[in-house]
Amino acid sequence: MAATAPAAGPDGEAATPLSGRAGSAWRRAVRRGDFFRWTGRAGAYIPLLALILILIALLFEAIPAIKYNGLHFFYKSVWDEGTGYNAVIVHTGGVEHLSGANYGALPEIVGTLATSAIALIVGVPISIGAALFIVERLPRRLANGVGIFMELLAGIPSVIIGLWGALTFGPFIADHITPVIARNMPDVPVLRFFRGNPGNGEGLLTSGLILAIMIIPIVAATTRDLIRQVPILPREGAIALGMSDAQTARKVTLPWVSSGIIGAVVLGLGRALGETMAVAMTCGVALGAVPSNLYATMTTISATIVTNLDTALLDGTGFAVRTIAELALVLMVITLSVNVAARFLVRRVSGTALPVGRGV
Amino acid sequence: MSGAQAQQNLAEPRPGEDGYWPPVPRRRKVSNMAFWAVCLVAMALVIIPTLWLVIGIIARAAPHFQFSVLWTKTDNEQGGLLQSVLGTIVITFIAIVIGGVISILTGLYLSEFSNRRDRGFLRGGYEVLAGIPSIVLGYVGYIVLVVDLHLGFGLLPAVLVMSILTIPYITKATETALAQVPTGYREGAEALGIPTSWAMRKIIFKSAVPGIITGFLVAIAIAIGETAPLLYTANFSDQAPSLQHATHQAVPYLTYVVYYFSSLISTSTHANYLAYDSALILLVFVLILILLGRTVASIARRNSE
Repeated sequence: MAATAPAAGPDGEAATPLSGRAGSAWRRAVRRGDFFRWTGRAGAYIPLLALILILIALLFEAIPAIKYNGLHFFYKSVWDEGTGYNAVIVHTGGVEHLSGANYGALPEIVGTLATSAIALIVGVPISIGAALFIVERLPRRLANGVGIFMELLAGIPSVIIGLWGALTFGPFIADHITPVIARNMPDVPVLRFFRGNPGNGEGLLTSGLILAIMIIPIVAATTRDLIRQVPILPREGAIALGMSDAQTARKVTLPWVSSGIIGAVVLGLGRALGETMAVAMTCGVALGAVPSNLYATMTTISATIVTNLDTALLDGTGFAVRTIAELALVLMVITLSVNVAARFLVRRVSGTALPVGRGV
Repeated sequence: MSGAQAQQNLAEPRPGEDGYWPPVPRRRKVSNMAFWAVCLVAMALVIIPTLWLVIGIIARAAPHFQFSVLWTKTDNEQGGLLQSVLGTIVITFIAIVIGGVISILTGLYLSEFSNRRDRGFLRGGYEVLAGIPSIVLGYVGYIVLVVDLHLGFGLLPAVLVMSILTIPYITKATETALAQVPTGYREGAEALGIPTSWAMRKIIFKSAVPGIITGFLVAIAIAIGETAPLLYTANFSDQAPSLQHATHQAVPYLTYVVYYFSSLISTSTHANYLAYDSALILLVFVLILILLGRTVASIARRNSE
């Protein structure tokens, strides 16, 4: 027995130089790590295939609707499947549809953009302020506790937030906040948007605020992690120069992480655009009505899709389902362009442990 | 501070009211305090809705909650939540298994084996995938799986759609976790002559496991709370999910109950109670997942020190 050669290698086999191994090529490949490389490669491309399949299926389904609905899909405000008593199947330019079919998605597009805008306007300042306070002022233990709150808020399913929004938050806004604003706004052209009948709380303001509540954990947690990574030297330098804490925060800390904050905001915006259930439950789903004031019921793209697939199935020609596909395509284009714009603006933001980024 | 005042202070060096010199003008102190007061309000506005929500749900669910709800069979709007809980658990579990296997392989490939061009390409694809709204995924799942492939509403389409939904999260977590393994481990392993696959399995992977587990927990939390994609692939029914009938048999799940049994849609008081009960169950699940995540993180931190 050779005293110099070890008896067994890490694989439990006799240890000899690998290249001289008399074993099979397969085992040599496995040991070299090729196994992981090729299965990894296969595994990595499966979701990409799925992605391409999704895009193709969506396009395929939407093209007849695009052909017939044309450009007026983007500026008309109507949603009529044509499934009345006198529904007649008609062929126009190779597209089969019901005679009364008339679709215009302006309310949906305006609704999606408006709710997301309210969510950003309300949510981002609150998130940044909260993150600053958590990092700079709170003792470590309390900061961890608040962190648990944010994780909880981020993880709560959006149906639950929607339920709370529709049954508790919305009526609260309608009974206590809306009358105060609406009554005190002068009846002047631009500010007229803020006067209106609060109704039962379902509307643009409530769904915007609910979306703000949903994006706050994302933006706040990411901003908090970013602020924690600001090096101590610039901050110490600012204090040495005589700046107060507030000035340091505003003029040194925040600009240091500004690109990261933009990334976090875009992450939140992506979630707000795609959010379905919470918005569907708090917006009133008023098809065909661009909101005339801040409290009016309206609809968004995702809310329309989720509530109208059943009625769309009543259309035997399948054209209504195809129009919904076109709506979904519009939503995807909006979301993708926001993501692409963000990638151009900003380097990747390091992710947090929160279940963020997904609209339901 | 005017020039005259500054002259005055310089002429008589003596500490200001808080013991510092030169004394800080009151205006700066006030504006500093005002800024932090505003930030405190912001933080309160983050905590208050969470508390309000959680307390609201618990307050409405607790009076009528009995544990028997968990094992009574659902019967349209009467009965309990047994099938719905089973449905949520089964759908989430299978979706996470499928998505998790693919994601771990992908994360491994991305961080260890891919070259720069592949990596940029794949990462871009994954960002697009992560950016697709879940309603669009559910809709496409409906068109392709339920209608075109004639699978009907069932466990299989639901699980396929949900696994695609969770893949970007677990992939990102795996890739980050593997990237944080010190290169010293890999270099040391190669220097010792350890075969790559052995090093991969026993050394690198084991160090990355806490991060991967966190990614899994995040994905589970998301999968549990999804409604829109399941609405159009699993619909809803009273029958428990079963592997033999993975197609053409609709599967119940908790998030459907929260909406469609609530007073927004249903008029039956018992159904409304069921809606709050399922909201409570979902909240408890999410809390458990969060606490698990923190436990895993603290164990990992303790082991690495």
